[in-house]
Amino acid sequence: MIVFDRVSKRYPNGREALSNVTFNIHTGEMVFLTGRSGAGKSTVLKLIALLERPTRGTVIVNGKNTTTLRARHIPAFRRGIGVVFQDHKLLADRPVYDNVALPLVVAATALKEIDKRVRAALDQVGLLGKERMLPYELSVGEQQRVGIARAVISKPPLLIADEPTGNLDPDLALEVMRLFRRFQDVGVTVVVATHDVHIVREFGQREIVLEDGQVHGGVLDSLPSVVATR
Amino acid sequence: MSLGVAGTRHTQALLGSIGRLARNPFATTLTLLVIGLALALPMALGLFVRNAQAATGDFANAVDMSVYFKTNVPLAKAQQLAADARQKAGVAAVTLISADKALEEFRTYSGFGAALQALKDNPLPHVLHVSPRPDASSPAELETLRNYFTAWPEVDVVQIDSEWVMRFNAILEVLRRLLVITAALLAAGVVAVIGNTIRLEILNRRAEIEVTKLVGGSNAFVRRPFLYTGALYGLGGAVLAWLIVEATVAILGPPVGTLAQLYGSRYSLLGPTGDDIGTVLASGVLLGWLGAWISAARHLRAIEPRA
Repeated sequence: MIVFDRVSKRYPNGREALSNVTFNIHTGEMVFLTGRSGAGKSTVLKLIALLERPTRGTVIVNGKNTTTLRARHIPAFRRGIGVVFQDHKLLADRPVYDNVALPLVVAATALKEIDKRVRAALDQVGLLGKERMLPYELSVGEQQRVGIARAVISKPPLLIADEPTGNLDPDLALEVMRLFRRFQDVGVTVVVATHDVHIVREFGQREIVLEDGQVHGGVLDSLPSVVATR
Repeated sequence: MSLGVAGTRHTQALLGSIGRLARNPFATTLTLLVIGLALALPMALGLFVRNAQAATGDFANAVDMSVYFKTNVPLAKAQQLAADARQKAGVAAVTLISADKALEEFRTYSGFGAALQALKDNPLPHVLHVSPRPDASSPAELETLRNYFTAWPEVDVVQIDSEWVMRFNAILEVLRRLLVITAALLAAGVVAVIGNTIRLEILNRRAEIEVTKLVGGSNAFVRRPFLYTGALYGLGGAVLAWLIVEATVAILGPPVGTLAQLYGSRYSLLGPTGDDIGTVLASGVLLGWLGAWISAARHLRAIEPRA
């Protein structure tokens, strides 16, 4: 599903966020991306979602090489990835319904179908009945779940999340993680960047540790295949 | 994307744009006013040119010729010559104005009525008003016709009323050019105003655009509501321009009518025709769309999602 082959990313300000990173994530896997702030977690996610392109090396997502993908194919590429942000990036002036429906609206889905799937997605995250509320009327945990509903509504094969539990108390954090695992159970590949060691231990999924822009342990550098620490 | 779904998308974008404009009535009104005035000016100027032409219609189009007989030519002879003139090729109409009738008119309209009472004899000659056929009105043909009448022994002088016509048409041509220049400049102004308004709108909705692109919205999808907003601004401004011009015509109509009557004309002020209104509305929509397109092409590309 995701291949990083000797990937380096240097930002215009000269900072090298990733150097020579190699790893594989297989379809249907759930992987934690860990490491301290600034270790390169966010950069990895940005490269996956094609918010950035690698400086060197190759990133292949969903069978598409992100280095060579043409600009006009980027929207379709992004529709195949659900993204969850720490600050959830909801539209403050739109009700929950509109926020969740957005990925279907941009994909020109029929209205009836949108209606059905918005309800299904909100049901999945336990927010059915709050369609008409505005984001600020919800709790932080609820806002995060709206973000998750939006990420999964178009049934993308890949779900990535950047510190999705960063603003949540431990109970809510666990709840959100269980939600992610339920998506993995139905075949979605899930990549979660987090620095919450507790959560990672609790779930016991494979972990890719980043340190100063490199994959920690070295073993993944030479062996870009499945290395599960399950 | 099926046609129905595409239609739904466009309807949604349109309704969304209308909603956004309605939520901001003050700013929207100001923008519409600027566009309305910019469109009203060339529309009014165009109407002015047409009215000027209509008010002086006969005078501007027909190149008439006045054939003055010598004062000693009797009326019967003049009538006979008028009949001859009607037979002449290239002549469309001949009107005989007898000396008596000419004096009558002069008395009525010149304001010298009392002074004319003092005259013992009528000093005016009989006159033929000769209108050449439109297809025989070239300067050369007119000259031939003039020579033909001048050759008659009963004729004193032949006058072609074309100098005024040429001057007047030249003035109209200047006005028409002015109209084209004004229209072009103001059209550019409308594009700039709408482009700038859309630019501000794009900056205001930056977060929304980023998220939309993030979940896979194409540039076309992101651009669409802005194009509708631009077109709506243009349409609204055009409707305003139309109302401004109609109001102007309504206000000017009665005094212009009175003025025309005082000059013995039945001319009344012409309002904009259906074609005029259609043109203004279409130009408004087109310019708005264009302004929005230029602005969107320039500014939307720069907004890319950042995580």
